Parts: sequence; C-alpha cells; structure tokens
Amino acid sequence: MQFMLNQTPVTLEEYAPDTTLLEFLRTEVVQRGTKEGCASGDCGACTVVVAEPDGDQLRYRSINSCITYLGAVDGCQVITVEGLSSSSEALHPAQQVMVDHHASQCGFCTPGFVMSLFAMMHQPAKLTSEEYIYQALGGNLCRCTGYRPIIDAAKALILSPQSTEQTDEFAKRETQLVNTLRQWQADKDASALTLKGKNSSFFASPRSMNELLSLLNEHPDARLVAGSTDLALETTQQLRTLPKLVFTGHVAEMRQIEDRADVLQIGAAVTYSEAESQLVQAFPAVSNLLHRLGSLQVRNQGTLGGNIANASPIGDMPPVLLALDARLRIRNAHDVTEIPIHEFFTGYRQTCLTTGSVIESIILPKLGEKSFLRIYKLSKRLDDDISAVCLALHLTLDGTRILDARLGLGGMAAIPARAYQAEASLIGKDFIPEELHEAQMALADEFSPLSDVRASAEYRMKSVQNLLLRAALEYQSNQSLEVMHYAHLD
Amino acid sequence: MRTLTEGSLHSTTLDDRNSNSAGSNITGANITLGKPIPHDSARQHVTGTARYVDDIPEPKGTLYAAVIGSHIAKGRLRSTDFSQVLKAPEFVELLTLKDVPGHTDIGPVFPGDPVLTDDVIRYAGQPIALVAATTEKAARQAALLAKIEYDAEVPNLNAEVALSQQHLLRPSHRMQIGDCETALSSAPIQLAASLQVGGQEHLYLEGQVSMAVPGEDGEMMIFTSSQHPTEVQKLVAEVLNIPFNKVTVDMRRMGGGFGGKETQAAPWACLAALMAVKTGLPVKLRLPRKEDMLMTGKRHPFVNRYHIGCDQQGQIIAADIEVIGNGGHSPDLTDAIVDRAMFHADNAYCLPHADIRGHRVATDTVSHTAFRGFGGPQGMLIIERAMDDIARRLGCDPLDIRKRNLYRKDRDLTPYHQQVDYQPLQQLIDELEKTSEYRARRQAITQWNQQSRVLKRGLALTPVKFGISFTLQHLNQAGALVHIYTDGSIQLNHGGTEMGQGLHTKVSQVVASTLGIDLQRVRVTATRTDKVPNTSPTAASSGSDLNGKAAENAALTLKQRLAEFLAEQKSVDVAAIRFMDNRVWWSEEDSIAFTELVQQAYLARISLSTTGFYRTPKIWYDREKAQGRPFFYFATGAAVSEVLVDTLTGEYRLLRTDILHDVGRSLNPAIDIGQIEGGFIQGMGWLTTEELVWNSDGQLLSNSPATYKIPAISDTPPVFNVKLFDQANTEETIYHSKAVGEPPLMLAISVWSALRDAISSLSHYRISPDLDTPATPERVLMAIEKLQADLRLTK
Repeated sequence: MQFMLNQTPVTLEEYAPDTTLLEFLRTEVVQRGTKEGCASGDCGACTVVVAEPDGDQLRYRSINSCITYLGAVDGCQVITVEGLSSSSEALHPAQQVMVDHHASQCGFCTPGFVMSLFAMMHQPAKLTSEEYIYQALGGNLCRCTGYRPIIDAAKALILSPQSTEQTDEFAKRETQLVNTLRQWQADKDASALTLKGKNSSFFASPRSMNELLSLLNEHPDARLVAGSTDLALETTQQLRTLPKLVFTGHVAEMRQIEDRADVLQIGAAVTYSEAESQLVQAFPAVSNLLHRLGSLQVRNQGTLGGNIANASPIGDMPPVLLALDARLRIRNAHDVTEIPIHEFFTGYRQTCLTTGSVIESIILPKLGEKSFLRIYKLSKRLDDDISAVCLALHLTLDGTRILDARLGLGGMAAIPARAYQAEASLIGKDFIPEELHEAQMALADEFSPLSDVRASAEYRMKSVQNLLLRAALEYQSNQSLEVMHYAHLD
Repeated sequence: MRTLTEGSLHSTTLDDRNSNSAGSNITGANITLGKPIPHDSARQHVTGTARYVDDIPEPKGTLYAAVIGSHIAKGRLRSTDFSQVLKAPEFVELLTLKDVPGHTDIGPVFPGDPVLTDDVIRYAGQPIALVAATTEKAARQAALLAKIEYDAEVPNLNAEVALSQQHLLRPSHRMQIGDCETALSSAPIQLAASLQVGGQEHLYLEGQVSMAVPGEDGEMMIFTSSQHPTEVQKLVAEVLNIPFNKVTVDMRRMGGGFGGKETQAAPWACLAALMAVKTGLPVKLRLPRKEDMLMTGKRHPFVNRYHIGCDQQGQIIAADIEVIGNGGHSPDLTDAIVDRAMFHADNAYCLPHADIRGHRVATDTVSHTAFRGFGGPQGMLIIERAMDDIARRLGCDPLDIRKRNLYRKDRDLTPYHQQVDYQPLQQLIDELEKTSEYRARRQAITQWNQQSRVLKRGLALTPVKFGISFTLQHLNQAGALVHIYTDGSIQLNHGGTEMGQGLHTKVSQVVASTLGIDLQRVRVTATRTDKVPNTSPTAASSGSDLNGKAAENAALTLKQRLAEFLAEQKSVDVAAIRFMDNRVWWSEEDSIAFTELVQQAYLARISLSTTGFYRTPKIWYDREKAQGRPFFYFATGAAVSEVLVDTLTGEYRLLRTDILHDVGRSLNPAIDIGQIEGGFIQGMGWLTTEELVWNSDGQLLSNSPATYKIPAISDTPPVFNVKLFDQANTEETIYHSKAVGEPPLMLAISVWSALRDAISSLSHYRISPDLDTPATPERVLMAIEKLQADLRLTK
C-alpha cells in the first residue's frame, strides 16, 4: 500500500494487517502529536484527516485514527497535526484561531480539535455554517474548557475573510496531489494485497464484487471491514489478533447510490456522510438522527451496511429501516437475493447472513404523499451517544385516520424490532392523543426491555409509550416538541 | 455568546493594582499581570508538540508494562497461574507482591492501599501482578493470559448499609453551633429530605501514565502525569526501600488532572519503578482507558439528609445535616473530603443553630478520591436542595429564600465558628439578578409553562461560597526556585504542576511583572522534585495562591540584590531603584538594561539564583472542638441557568447560563474565564449526564467514554454570559487575586435546581420534587412521574 503522510509518501508491503493508523503514527513513525484518549472512537483526541480524490479535487474527512485500520488509507493522503504548520513561525489558521481564543487548556484534546477544524475548513462552502460547527466538533471531547472558546474559534475560522487557497498549503497543492494519488491508483497491481503480515495474515481491498466474493470463498474465516468503527474495538479493546481482513471500501458495486423514482438504493459500503444528502432529501426526518449517529468522524467511516450486518440491538439505523420496510440486497458467489429487513435479524447480534454472503445494498422505498415519519432517539447525551431507546414511526395517514403503521424500535429487545401489535392497534384509529392508549398497552405487551448501563427497563417502556404520544401531539400541532429544537436561541 | 476581549473583561488599572499590592512596585508597559495572556503552552498544544509522558521518546530497551487486575470485587485469591503469561510472545518479566523490596502499602495518608495484592481482593480491577514485554500490545495481551481463581464474597456498594453496619474508613466528625435540637423542635416550619449524590469519573483526556528510568547506584528517574510529584517520589522510594534522595520525579504537564492525579497517579509510578528495578530497564506503564476507569477512584458518591427549621419568611433557624461519603475500599483522602463536604453544607447561608455530622463509609469499590471541589460540591447540594424546598413550602421564589439566608452582618458565623467577614455575595447576586433579567424571565417562564403542555422551562439562581486553603494545615506551603542567567533570561521553577489550568502562565506573569521584564524572558520548566523539594499537591485551588507567592518572594529577593548592587554603584538610595520596561532605573531619567545589570552583577559576584517560600497565614482548625478558621478566605460566585424539559421523555437542554464570579483581582482574565466556564460545564456533567453504574457484583458498567457521557460541544448553552466580579481580595493574596480552580464547578448546581424548577412547575410550584443526581433524562422523567402521582393523590 501507498499513502501520503502529510507531504511524505509512505510505502508498506509487509505489516501486521490489524494495525491501527494511530498505532502506526505513534509507534512506527513516532509522530506523537496525534493522541490516544480512549482507543475506541469516543473522544476524538486521535482525529486525523484523510483526503482522497473526488473528481479533480480532494475530499477531506475527519476520522478517528484509533479505530481505522492502516490498510483503509491506502491511496489517500493522511493529514496529521504535524503536517499543518508550514514553518515554526506561521501557524495554520485552524491552529491560530485556537490560540487566539484561548481554546486549549491541558492541550491533550487540542490536536484532535485542530484536525476537525482543518477538515471543516476544507468542506464545500455550504457546510461551513455555524450549525455545522456542532457537527464538525461533536466527536471531539474536551474536559477542560467547556467548549465556549472552541466554538468561538470555529466561528472565527468560518468568518475568516481569507479563502483556504490563500492560507493553506494543502489547498495550494491539491491539484498536484490529486494527480499523484491517481497515478498511484493507475500503477497499482489490482491483484496485490494491501498489506501482508506474518503467518499469511493480510489486509485485502478488492475492487469489485467478484473479487470480494472470491476472496471470501478462499478465506471463509476472513473478517469484512467496512467502516471498522465497531470491528476495530476487537483490536483495541479486546486485543484480539485479526489475521484476515477484507475491506469493502473499494468494492465498486457497494459504493453506489441510486436515486430512483420509487426507491433510494444505497450501497452497503457507502458511508453515512456520503449518503447523507440523498437520505435526507428522501427522508427529511432522518436528518436529526444522522447528526446524532456517532460523531462526524464515525459517520465519515461508518456505513449503513456495517450498521445492519453488525446487528446491534441499539444500532441507530435499523429501526428506521424497519419502519421504512427497507429491503436488503444480499449477494453470494451463486446468486443475489432481496429480503425485507425485518427478516434479517434473527437473534442477539445474529443475522440470516451466511458465510460467503454480503449485503450489497440497501433499498429504501420512498415516502408516499400520506406518509408521516418521525424518528426519536433517547440518550443521556445529545452528541455521540448510543440510544437508550430509538423509535421510528412511519404512518400512512388520511387526515388523522391511520391507514397503515410501521414502528421500528431500538433498545427494546435483543434485536431491532417491529412493534407489530402496536401497529395493528393503531391502524384504523385516529392519530390523536386520545386514541393511543391501546397501542401503548400493546407495546408493554409485546416488549420486555432490559435494564442496563444506559437505561432501566421502566424508563425504556415508559418513554417509548410517551414517544407515541409526542408524535401525535406534534402531528396535531404541526410543531416540534423536541427540546433540541429550542436549544439555539438568538 | 461572548467573545473574549481584554477591555471588556478587566477594567482595573495598574494603579489600582499597585495600591493594593504588598511589597511590590509594579509599573511599566510590559506588565502582564491582569492581562489575558495565552496559555504558555498554547502553541505547543495546537501544533502537537506539547509533550506528555507517553510522547517522550523512550530510552533504548524500554519495556512496556500491563496490569493484571482482579475480576471480582470482593473475596480472596484462591490460586494464581501465570504459566501462559510467561510463555506469551515478547514477554520479559512478571512482578508480584513478593518482588516488592520496601513498603507494600502505598496509602497516601492512611494505610489501606496495597501496591499489589496476593490475598484479599477489595475491588474489581485491583492490581494483582504486573507484566512487562517489549511492546505495549504484547504486554497487554500477555496480561490477559493469567488464570486466577477466587473465593468470591458478596460485595456491598451501598453507603447506607455500610453506615448501618458501622463499616467506617475513619471516625465520624461533628460540627455544632448553638443549640440545634432545641431550636429545631421549636421552629414554626420544619422540613426534612434526603438526596443521593452521584460520583464522577475524572475522564482526564490523558490517562494515567508513568515511565521509570533506572539510573546509576540505585537512582530512579520517574516521568509521570501527577498533581503530586513529591508524593510520587516518596512512595516510589518507599516501595523500592531507598532514600528519597535517590528518586527524582519530573512532571512537565498533565493532559488534565481534576483531582484524579493527586494520589492516584502514584500506584502506576510505583509499579513501573518496581519493574524497572527488577529488569534493570526503563519501564513505561500507561493504563488503557478502560483500566483507568476501572482501577482509579472517582468523586465520592454521597447520601445526604437534612432536617431544617425556619421561620414563616423562610429564614433558617436550625439545621441538622448528615452527609455520608462513600469512600470505597480505603481511606485515601476521604477524611478530608468528607470534612470539606461538612464545611460546605452551609454553602452561602447562615445556619444559626446547626448540627452537621459527616461519615466516611467503606464499600467494596475502588477507593474514591479527590475531584475538583473535594467534597464541597456534594455538601453544598443538600443545602441548595433545602433552599428550593423551603421556597415551595412557602410559595416563594427560591431566589428570595436564598437571599434571605445569605451570610450578612450579625448572621456571619459558620457552623465551624469561622467568621465570614467579607460578604460580597449580596451585591454579586443583585448584580447578576439584574444583568440576567432574572425577574422578568421568571415571570415569562411561569406564563409560558401554563400554556405549554409538554415542554416546561425552569430557572434557578444559585450562589457558591467556597473555602480556600487545604484543610490539612501543613499543605499550605510552597517553594520556588528562580535563576537569572547572564543573557537576562530567567528560568522559573515552582512546586505547582501544570494540568491545563494555566498555573505556569500566571506564575510567569508574577515573576516577569515583579522584575519589570517581558514575559518572554521567563521560562517555566517541568516540575521536578530535585528543584523544589517537599511540595504540596497542586490541589485545593491553591496553585497560584501558594506558588505565585513563593515565586514572587524569590523574585523579590533577586530584585533586592540587584537593586542594592545598583544603588551602591550609583550612590542612590535603594528605595529609588525601579524595575520596568526591561530596564532598571535609578532616577527618573537614568536606567540600565536589565540584562546589562545582570551581567555586571555576575561579574561582581552577586548570586543570581534563589529560592522563595510561602506559607498561608491566619489559618487554624481545632478538630477536637470542630472550631477554627480553616480557610484563609472564601471565593464566591453565582449562576443563573434556564432549562427546557420534555415531560414525556425527561430530555432537557440548557438554554442559557449567566455567571458572575469573584476571582478577586484577576491575574489573567482569559485563564480565569476558562476555569469558570470549564468548571461550570464539568459540574453540569456531574449533575446531569455523567452516571456511574455498578452492577450488584461490584463491576463498573460505565467503564468507557461510550457508556460514561461527559459533556460534549452541544451541551454548552447557546447563551453563555460569563463575567468577573471585579473586587480585590481583601486578604493579602498574590496581587489580591482569588483561587479559581474549583469554585466555579459548583455554579452548575443552578442547572440541577433549574431542572427541579421545571418539574415543580407541573404542580404550580407547590411540590418540590426529589431529584437525585446525576439528573439523567431517566431520573427527570421518573421525578415527573412521581410528582404527577403525588398530585393525583392530593386531588
């Protein structure tokens, strides 16, 4: 594999395939500006920026280097805090604003914030709004400042009259770098492994579905790597050795988004960030959930396919997909099948996916004119937290009359689940607070949630029942009742 | 949101400052005191060049260590089998209790903390052995291979059960004033309630880490991330059984401390040093985040109760308060922490007749420890609960009850008999009440709540009065070492440690200003036990107070020497010599460059290096009588917070916070504002989203930042007005500033109180809801459910 570490090319062939990018930075090249705060993608101290060609430009995205496998940055430029200041005197604007606003105290999280700010500067202009600051920095924890000076620094950066081209070495060299990375890509031996480790371990990056399936056929014990935002925890938290890794990030068939008249089809290896604009266009209610799904660093790596195949009962997207009655396109060496998502989850962290099969894409039927979609996520913290409860409510309404209902629930059972009884009791009724009692009782009948570190069973049940009521009140008043909508006063 | 500008923050002129400064004549264009100077490491922070212990290039041959910890919370080791560990790839050495040549107990104040155990297990995660390997990953993987069998017992995690069984870490303490029992029984209005107060994980972004490098003749060099290098030195020497003078501790900076590295940094330094001695090689031990959370203590959870009597106007007559601090398995600092909770059970309010009892109970968890506020916040919470409860009972605005009970003339004696002789809070609160438009917003919110079925707003103003000084008297001392070199540059060292709070910046400002030179000439080096010995921890908000004074004293000594030398040369009175603008003046017109004077002094064989020392005056406490003046002075402040609560889910947002805080004359307003904002948000986390969850087996379930949620960027209120209350400290502190590290944390009580206000609105402010902390959305919803059930009952 080849990648650009700031402005220096790095070529690797033999290297442990389950090495994380952070480990490589800190122990191999001994560049220790990038910090390890948690090694689980929860704090952002290890944030670096990955740039890759997109047309004739580079696309920049912040990622958590602690949960990124080295092989995943093959063909990219990796930008770290060490690469930012061109000289010892002149700080990069993303660094200077942090100094100017007294935005560092202990300084340990600071390189991560600087890199998230750097990535923010390099986003298309439409994203550089004040609101976007909270997304750009929502995955970086600071325990000292209380964030106010960091928010001010970010605002100053956005308002800075100078364009990136004027102030930033990376923007100046962009065209040249695009050419270099494209040249590497062209020169690449398509059949070569990205990394080879000891004892026939490897990291492979197939380019097509055929290559992927034949690798899986040859190595049934290989692990699929999509965004690695969960898989990498096996490496960093459980200290397992993962000898065979097959990366889906370059499989062309899994990287496509097709926006058709009646469905949105999203490749399983498309990241949340990549899918966001089309997802939100088709399903505006998804927007709030997406902004609270992990952090931007996680959304820049994590994929819809990974979230489904992972089969966590508290994944954020499965309840939505259940409510939308999404279908999964599953491929193996012999055929391709489509199954409805509610048949996919078979038990706690278990699915009907067999060895050698992969989710190729997710097919989301678009909303009808009478569709009413609400998605609620309850968690202790607004940013970057895992659901205690997630409710996706999809009704077909004629006035207030409920013609059809689908409820997807997260955090209420061992799997993401439909609430069939509640749905049945809703259909035919009016969607008004007075007629919800039966559906609320049905939820209590159908589900026995657990008590765990995130919430008690009582809270889960009570709040999910109340969320039905909240949806009805919102429909009635045509107003949001979510507190976060009121947290930005002027 | 406010933007930081020099002018708006601080209007004090230098003349004001001089008139209040003892022993200093500070003038000149280069004076940096009182100015928003950036943190002295700001450039290193943003460029990633600020070096933390794990960033120091390891000496060749360095080994990496990993801890083998207990899987059970309570019981005994039945057997240990390390055979697979010894066979692990890249394994080098194993260390167990029998390898410890010296002390095996590293309890910082009282015994109770074995460095490793080979017998009794007192908490889940307790270190049993240490593995060293040639890489960090190999060491950690090897540690997983230990096979340990236990005879497990059922742990107790409940503080009240521990108290009922008299499982005490230290004897209980009692503070009394007046005749509480009699006054309480005759009070016309009486209230009683209790409160569960949650603990708090420090979650410093840089976890615990130490590197031990053996030197010649049994010397040991320790690089650590610790608020207390001297204690690390002492404990390392004791476990190694060598004199203190063979151990040197170097501490450049911490990636956050917050109290979590006061005592709890030492075990990892001791273990690294023991392994370094056993192998003869440098050893680095860095805890992975999860182990850090499992193996190090937290803020003490408390259970507090009050029984209060007041008059019809809500003025307190008598208060019987009990605080129960859950110290975990060993005393650590629990004695002083529960004392401080008791010292703050009055907060800013006079309790004319009071009986305050504090218990220090033992439970089967990790040993709880210092955390910003050191028991003060937990103690304060109970009286703030009482203020709201009294207001609901009487149908008053809680702010009026708070104001009515503030210390004032003739109501100025604390339950520990210290007179509160400086009382700025009345004025401070009045000012904040106006600038935050408290009354108008109160009215608007009450109306809004009547029309809003689901969403409710809450508002609260709460004050803070926090006692400044270590309550352990001997810790109130500090030393500094200042060298002037012949190029006119200065190296400054002092006993305080830098954990992000800007201590080095402030102390540099003091020295530069004292000598009338540019700040750039002063360089603060790592805190080292071979430069300034026998130091106190950087804790109790005392860093600048103590070390600033010690450094000033050193600088004044050097200034005096240079002044005498110049006065003699120029045949003028030494009193005429002035230091300013990088020059030294012997008349209005005549001056010599500072550097030139230094060079001449060197040639004239004048010593250009000296130490400085400081001890806090006036303080004392008679523990037998529970009376004295434990605090040199009080730091004060107040906050108004407004929240919005969803009564269907318990979700809430903080909409606005206004703070007015008293830092005396600010040494550095940018740094002080940073401490206030950061402390407030950290306190808000403690009271809202940061929930420690143990299961009944004594295992910590909230053991990573994925399950333990500290505030993130969206939790900062969209309107956040923070101002400094500009009045000089009436005590002779460094430039009449005030300590700022801990007090602002407790301003966050306003958020908790505002949540209770929003919930109370459902009863038209008649019922004062129970709301234990942290007030997670779940607790808020359950409080709402309970209040609504109570309302149904009364109907």
